[in-house]
Amino acid sequence: MASDEDSDEDFVTYGTPLEPLEEDEPVRKPVPVHEQTVKDEKGRYKRFHGAFTGGFSAGYFNTVGSQEGWTPSTFVSSRQQKAEKPNVRPEDFMDEEDFSEHGIAPREIVTTDDFASGKKDQLKDKAKAVSSLAALIPGDTGLLEELIAPARSSIGVELLRKMGWKDGQGVGPRLKRKQRKQNDVYGCAFPPNGSEESEDDDEFAPENVSFAPKDVVPVDFTPKVDSHGLGYRGLNPLQALGGGSETGHINLFTLQSDRTTSLFGDRNSGQQRRGGIGGQAFGVGAMEEEDTDIYHKDSMSNYDNVLGGEEPGDGLYGWTAPQQYTRKKNDSKRDVAYLGRILDGFTLASQVTEIKTVYPPPDLPRDYRPVHYFRPVVDSSTVSPIVAQALQASRGHLSQDAPQQGRHSLDSSQRCDMLGETPLQGPSSVFELLGSKDRERLNEIRRAATEQNKSVENLSSAVDRAAVVASAKAAALQALSSRFQSIASSETQMALKAWSGPTADASKTFKPFAENPQKQARYDLYINKLKQGNKDALESSLDSSMTEWERGRERDEFVRAALLYKPSNSSLSSRFTRSKHEDDTDSVEVTRDQENDVDDKQAAVKMKMFGKLTRETFEWHPDKLLCKRFNVPDPYPGSSTVGMPKVKRDKYSVFNFLTITDSSQVSRVAPSAPKPPSSSSTLPHLTPEVSNKKSRWDIPGQEPKDPLSAFLSETRSEVLAAKNQTDSPHAIATPEVKVAQSDGKQTEQKTEEEKKEEDEEEVRPPMDLFKAIFASSSDEKSSSSSEDDSEEEKEVAPPASDPIQSSAETLNPPVSAQITPAPDISRLTDLKHLTVQSMPSAETTAQKSSHSAPAKSQGLDEEEFGPRLPPPGFIPSACSPQLKKQKKKDKEKHKAKKHKKEKKKKKNKKHKHKGKQKKRVEESNSSSDDTDSNSEDENRVVSTSELLQRSELIF
Amino acid sequence: MAFPQPRPQAPQLPQHLLRTIECQQGAVRAVRFNADGNYVLTCGSDKSLKLWSASRGTLLKTYTGHGYEVLDVDSSYDNSQLCTCSSDKTVILWDVASGQVTRKLRGHAGKVNCVQFNEEATVMLSGSIDGTVRCWDTRSRRYEPIQILDEAQDGISSLKVSEHELLIGSVDGRVRRYDLRMGQLHVDFIGSPITCVCFSRDSQCTLSSSLDSTVRLLDKSSGEMLGEYSGHVNKGYKLDCCLSDKDTHVLSCSEDGHVYFWDLVEGSLTLKLPVGKAVVQSLSFHPTEPRLLTAMEGHVQVWGAEPEDAAVEDS
Repeated sequence: MASDEDSDEDFVTYGTPLEPLEEDEPVRKPVPVHEQTVKDEKGRYKRFHGAFTGGFSAGYFNTVGSQEGWTPSTFVSSRQQKAEKPNVRPEDFMDEEDFSEHGIAPREIVTTDDFASGKKDQLKDKAKAVSSLAALIPGDTGLLEELIAPARSSIGVELLRKMGWKDGQGVGPRLKRKQRKQNDVYGCAFPPNGSEESEDDDEFAPENVSFAPKDVVPVDFTPKVDSHGLGYRGLNPLQALGGGSETGHINLFTLQSDRTTSLFGDRNSGQQRRGGIGGQAFGVGAMEEEDTDIYHKDSMSNYDNVLGGEEPGDGLYGWTAPQQYTRKKNDSKRDVAYLGRILDGFTLASQVTEIKTVYPPPDLPRDYRPVHYFRPVVDSSTVSPIVAQALQASRGHLSQDAPQQGRHSLDSSQRCDMLGETPLQGPSSVFELLGSKDRERLNEIRRAATEQNKSVENLSSAVDRAAVVASAKAAALQALSSRFQSIASSETQMALKAWSGPTADASKTFKPFAENPQKQARYDLYINKLKQGNKDALESSLDSSMTEWERGRERDEFVRAALLYKPSNSSLSSRFTRSKHEDDTDSVEVTRDQENDVDDKQAAVKMKMFGKLTRETFEWHPDKLLCKRFNVPDPYPGSSTVGMPKVKRDKYSVFNFLTITDSSQVSRVAPSAPKPPSSSSTLPHLTPEVSNKKSRWDIPGQEPKDPLSAFLSETRSEVLAAKNQTDSPHAIATPEVKVAQSDGKQTEQKTEEEKKEEDEEEVRPPMDLFKAIFASSSDEKSSSSSEDDSEEEKEVAPPASDPIQSSAETLNPPVSAQITPAPDISRLTDLKHLTVQSMPSAETTAQKSSHSAPAKSQGLDEEEFGPRLPPPGFIPSACSPQLKKQKKKDKEKHKAKKHKKEKKKKKNKKHKHKGKQKKRVEESNSSSDDTDSNSEDENRVVSTSELLQRSELIF
Repeated sequence: MAFPQPRPQAPQLPQHLLRTIECQQGAVRAVRFNADGNYVLTCGSDKSLKLWSASRGTLLKTYTGHGYEVLDVDSSYDNSQLCTCSSDKTVILWDVASGQVTRKLRGHAGKVNCVQFNEEATVMLSGSIDGTVRCWDTRSRRYEPIQILDEAQDGISSLKVSEHELLIGSVDGRVRRYDLRMGQLHVDFIGSPITCVCFSRDSQCTLSSSLDSTVRLLDKSSGEMLGEYSGHVNKGYKLDCCLSDKDTHVLSCSEDGHVYFWDLVEGSLTLKLPVGKAVVQSLSFHPTEPRLLTAMEGHVQVWGAEPEDAAVEDS
């Protein structure tokens, strides 16, 4: 809607605008059909008469009366006003609508006779001429009428005459002789004898005399309305009925010139002709002088009995093509050379069209089959030769039979041999680049594959062969997947452990891939196999027709999904319904420029070094309209983006934003808890940076941080010193864990205590999962509540580490880093901000409850909530629990105060959710009573003075 | 920096209480001068907005239409329109004279913390707890915002508009400045949740107060810190800060019932104005004169540089 004043001027409004919608106005119901009325243009109701007759009423209820009744016009006659004889026309009794375009007597504008062109008359003449033949005295009536016709010429002719035009002349400027001659060249319509005449005149023409142009008979573009062939005239009644003189052959194909002469010439010859009806079987009239043969003598000479010109009237009898047109000489020469008759209005082409050469279809080889087998594209450089081999083998039986000679089937060394090149130095195959372990593994697979290949050769039946091919393929897949899988193997085992128990109930499982039914089916299959304790559940449930990459991805997803939605989670899944709106898009829009790491800035803020360190500048596109409103020129004219420039990033599935348990964590948690729920997912490669981010509620001065910039090392050393003081004795540093976690930045001396705390923070899964799953509802609440739970558990769980497992996993982290797409850091941080909002309160409550009944709460939680979705503990300050307790006390007051204001407005809402989520815990755990409502807890801590303050504020 | 000439006289500070207005509308969430400083607007927690005469303290009009407490108000340059935002997630454009709702704009997902007209009152900008700033067109009938600025990672606590710049403070501890003329977004990291931002009157500096009880004066172009002012208490509440009429002093509310005045250049505490016992929630400085509005609980106090005779008589 263009309501701007300036833009209004630019537009042409058409029609009546809709009434502007008022705010909060109820939407008007459309009038139903039976209540709709029809009005004419004067606003009177039109009444329909009869549902099917469709007639309108006329007059007053179909009468000639009116509402007042029918009043006849009274007779009035006086001396002054004599009685007028009313000249009544039918129009007087008609409505105005009847005269309209669609009425019964439409009025239209017609050219008067004065202005009408003569063309119409010509047509009329022709009609008359034809009809006159049928009249009793043929030709006479028309002639008579023409004789009597008033001398009246059209306005156009009058005007021409006034301008000096004389009858018989052409229209246009007068011409000199030469030009006229030229004109003749163009005037191909003139008969050749005419031009010959003008050539004769040429000699007498004086130099300075100009001539009027010749009159040109306009081309009669009468449309062809009959369905005869081109040039066919049908029976001419003149010839068929009246033409006694030229009896004999009735030529249906006559020349145009013939036709015109016959049309008019017959009229002239009509005088010679006897009148009356003549022809065969009519006899001879009494007035006839000539005694013509009235009896029909049909002789064969009247008919053509020979194809081809035997009797040359024009020498072309028997040819249905019309006679040639008289043309320029060279043309006519060529036309003459043409044997047939040329149709009216056609000439021979000056250039002979080339004959299209038609190529025959290629000869198919005898054993050709119209089916194409797509062979998987295998790049031998990226895939191990076994895989390539296997894939080639899987191409189909046909190609297997055929001897492999193609140039593509040769490998580089063979080709090298053939070409006589010197072999390249360095590692000749990928194998040499592989580690010894991997090579061994591959070798094993290769051995298996070759054995199978051998058996393939032995086998003859196609079925067996196919089966072997499939198995070979599977082996190849395994070889490939082993690369992906190595990291996932531990998880698959975990998943197996989790699902193989009797607790699993298929009907209740959460369907993470419900939007993709096939994938979901595969996932279900996988889960089912897991339940049966099938070890290779994953591989067997994957679709073998997919590409390796897809399969690898899906494999990861399934494992993660299986871990996340373990059977005990089904109680959770029953609480949520699927969202109505599915987002099918495969990509997520992500802002191109991401903010840098916060830690740097935080450190800079602490150093009060504002400026370059804390300032970041991005490109930002304001909306065009916004620029206009701000009276600012568009900084990016022509750019259509608005806001921050966005980049599309692939979103494979929710699980790509998830990352799997760090191996060290798995190992650490595994002994204590058989189903390590909270640690099921973390961000292994994010840990160093992200985990150290502190809650925004912490004032920078209080929190110990890991400085990253070199120039901030001072602060760091301080912090480290502080940490070392608070070091707790129960932590034992195990070298393996260190190796597994070692990062370039963190290789310095760190106590195991620190590490443990880091891990505690790491264990928190990326919020994207929860956001994606519960995007619609409050992510705050769910996360905070689960944080409580997980935190409780964390504190209870013995901080043991298993060196064996972790050492076994040390190989894997780099591999995992390759596979898992790096989650978007900014998203994580932003989510953290969201969740952190409700954090502190959760923290306090959680700690309380855990102190009172730690062991109990763990067991209960596990039963009620199973593996918590949001894993444990996000502890904002990285200090030991002991220290925390101390700190808590002095913080608590301050924290409660903080919350009071921030939460006050949200409180009502919070209560609801919190209450709901904690209800179960409350039932069984009396100690958690004080945790069930946030505000109660706070109220207890809040001092009376603050209470007063608050009540004052609230009023 | 355009500092006043070598001190013609000591700048006068509004330290004399002229009058106290009992607003009768619950807690006063925000108090604002209108564009020319002759009227006072108070946002009440009883869903009403009230217009007062600044000189006499009389109630002129009450605007009702919000569904929940009103959180911020701004008046257009010609005083013909008001815009308010509320906890009911709406932004309302009012006709001042008739008191009617000209437009009620929904779209924010959470309570709307702050609202501001642009210079010509053609656009309203509203910042919400949902982390977005929405730019509403006052000229058209569209009910959708022109643009949504969703770069903030947490709720928006404060925003200010200058000629071609938007200054937005967010709870994620960053002050974002959107420069429409340059098409750039400058993000200054402060660290602690921002409670209030404002431009200096020469619009060369930005002032931002944060929950670490500090007010910082940053150079607008480079982001360097020019001054840091502390001493007050601001730990949990969204408190206002501002600059005095001639940019000589920095003012901030405090949770200890005072308004703190710091010298802008020296950074020293000039005045600690006792307002009351409770938290000073909001303050507004007169655009041209040394006059100050403070809101505490349910009343608004007007402070002037010199004790007004009439005010003294009244009290």
